[in-house]
Amino acid sequence: MTAAGAVTAADVELVTEKALLSREETIRLIQIAKVGHFASAFSCAEILAALYYGVMRLRRGEPDWPDRDRFLFGKGHAAAALYPLLVDWGFFDRAILDEYTRVGNPLGDHPDMSRVPGIDFSSGSLGHALSAGLGMALGGRIGGRDFRVFVLLGDGELNEGQVWEAAMGASHHRARNLIAIVDRNEYSLDGKVDDVLGIEPVADKFAAFGWEVHEVDGHDVPALLCLLRGVANDAARARPAVVIARTVKGKGVSFMESELGWHLGYLAPEDEAVALAEIRGTA
Amino acid sequence: MTGVELHEGSWHLHTVLDKSPGLRLLADTLVELVDEGHPIVACTADLKYSNGLFRLQEQHPGRFIQFGISEQNMVSAAAGLATTGQLPYVATFASFLALLCCEQIRTDIAYPGLPVRLIGHHAGITLGFYGTSHHATEDLAIMRSLAGLAVVAPADGPALAAAIRATVDHPGPIYFRIGRGRDPEVYAGGIDFELGKAIVHQEGTDLTIFATGSTVHPSLEAAARLRATGLSVGVLDVHTVKPLDADAVLAAAARSARLMTVEEHSVVGGLGGAVAEVLATAGGSPPLHRHGIRDEYALIGPPIHLYRHYRLDADGIVAEAESVLAR
Repeated sequence: MTAAGAVTAADVELVTEKALLSREETIRLIQIAKVGHFASAFSCAEILAALYYGVMRLRRGEPDWPDRDRFLFGKGHAAAALYPLLVDWGFFDRAILDEYTRVGNPLGDHPDMSRVPGIDFSSGSLGHALSAGLGMALGGRIGGRDFRVFVLLGDGELNEGQVWEAAMGASHHRARNLIAIVDRNEYSLDGKVDDVLGIEPVADKFAAFGWEVHEVDGHDVPALLCLLRGVANDAARARPAVVIARTVKGKGVSFMESELGWHLGYLAPEDEAVALAEIRGTA
Repeated sequence: MTGVELHEGSWHLHTVLDKSPGLRLLADTLVELVDEGHPIVACTADLKYSNGLFRLQEQHPGRFIQFGISEQNMVSAAAGLATTGQLPYVATFASFLALLCCEQIRTDIAYPGLPVRLIGHHAGITLGFYGTSHHATEDLAIMRSLAGLAVVAPADGPALAAAIRATVDHPGPIYFRIGRGRDPEVYAGGIDFELGKAIVHQEGTDLTIFATGSTVHPSLEAAARLRATGLSVGVLDVHTVKPLDADAVLAAAARSARLMTVEEHSVVGGLGGAVAEVLATAGGSPPLHRHGIRDEYALIGPPIHLYRHYRLDADGIVAEAESVLAR
C-alpha cells in the first residue's frame, strides 16, 4: 500500500479554488467558441486542479523546464478546463484565452503542443496519450531525469486498443514514473460507456496488465490529493500506477449532471448564469 | 537435438543479416552515431533480427527499446521519447509502419515536427510471397502526403548509411524507405548524399529515367544497355521523394524528349506522382511515363520473379523504355 501524502487544509482550499476557476473559465471559453465539451471538462476539474496545484513539479513561467513533471491530456476534448490553469501558471498570456478558438488563436478544442506553451503533448485522437506518456517516461529514464509523467485518460478512451498496447508496454518496461488517471465519468458521446462498449472490470484489467491500481472519488479533493501525492511520491513502487477516479459527467451543474447530451453543447446567456451560480454555490 | 553441424547453406533468423549487408550497415551506422554521442534510441516491434537492430542492442542495451508487436504504441512512444531530447529510430516493416501507424505518424510525429526517424524496411514487394499484408506499394504516396515529413528511399546500403549520417541533425521527422538490405550496390565507391538533392548519374536527350530506392540499380543497367544502341539516356537517383528536387526534375525535362519514372511502388502518388506534379505545374514538359505497380495488388512470388513480372528489373525497364521511345 502506498504511503499517503500529507494534505493540509490550505492545500485543499487551493485545489478547490482552482477547480472552481477551471469550471468558470470553461464556461467563459465555450461561450466564445459557441460550442464545447462542458460535461467532460467538469468531470475532471478537481483532477486537473489537484495535479497542477498539489502534485506536479512545475516552475511558474517556465513551461519548458526540462525537469518538470509532464501532463498528457488523453481526453483532449476537455482542454478548455486546462488552459486557464496554464495561464494561471504564467505559461502564456491571459489575453490569448479571450480569443479561444478564433481564427489563428493557438487554443482549440483539443490541446496542441506546437502552439500552446505548457501543453506537453497534443491530443485529439483518442488512445495515443498513454503511449506518448510511456515514451516520455522511458526518455526520462534514459536521459537521467526524474520527472513523473501523468496521463489523464477518458473512460471511453479505454475502448481504444492502443491504450492496452501501452498498458502492456509500461508494465513490461517497469515505467514506474508513469501514472495514469482514468476520469471514470461513465459516459462517452453515444451514451453510458458500459452500454456503448463496456470496460469493466477496469481495475482488474489494469491489475492484470501489471499496474498498481487505486480508486478514488474524483471530486473528493482531500482524498484525491492525498492519493495522487502518495502515488506520485512513492519511491518504492517498481511499476506504473493507475488511479481510477470515479467522477460525475457535468459535475457542478445540475442540468448537465442529469442530461448526458451535455457532452457537447452551448449555453444561452440565461442558462449560463444559472450554470455559473450553481458551480459557485450561489444558486 | 544439439551438436548437429548444419550445412553452410542453412540459415535462420539470427544469421539472416549475413544475407542483408544493407541492414547490417544500418545497424552499424547507428551504433557509430551512438558512440559519437548522438542520443539515439532504437525502437523495434519484435523484428530486431529482421532489421538488424539487435546489433545495436548488443552494443548499447540502454539505447534499445523492444516494444513487442505493438507498432502503434511504438510510434506514439517514439514521439514521447523525442519530446525528452532523445532521437528515436523506429524500425518495422514498411507495410505496418506506413499503413497501420499512419495516423500516429501524422498526428504525433509529423504535425509537431518531432525529430523521429521512421525506417520502413522490406518495402515494396520485397516480401513477395509473404502476401499483400506484407507488401508496401502505397507507403511513398501515404508518407509523401504528410506535411513536414521528409521521405527518403536510398538505393543501397552505402546510400542508406550516408543518408542516416547526413540527416542525423535534421530537426524534423524523416521516413526512410528501404528494402531487404540486399540491393546490388550502386554506391560501393561512396555517395555524396544531400537531403532533397537528386543525384544525376547521366544526362540524356532521348530519355531521362527518374528512379528511387531499389529501382536505381536496374535503371542504371537498363540505361547502359540503351546507350549501347546509340540512344542518349539519362538517369537520376531521386533518393529524396520529398522534398522533391524540382530543379533537377525540370532540368532533365528541358533536355529530354521523353521522361519516365521507375519505382517499386504503385504508379499512384509515389515518385511518378511527385514528378508529374512538378512537370504539370511548370507546364510544357515532354510526356511522362510512370512505371511501377499498376493500380493493383501485386502477385505473390519470390521478389526476383516479381521484379521480372512487373518489369522492374533491367530487362523490364529496357522494354518499358523502348515502348516509351516508340510512341
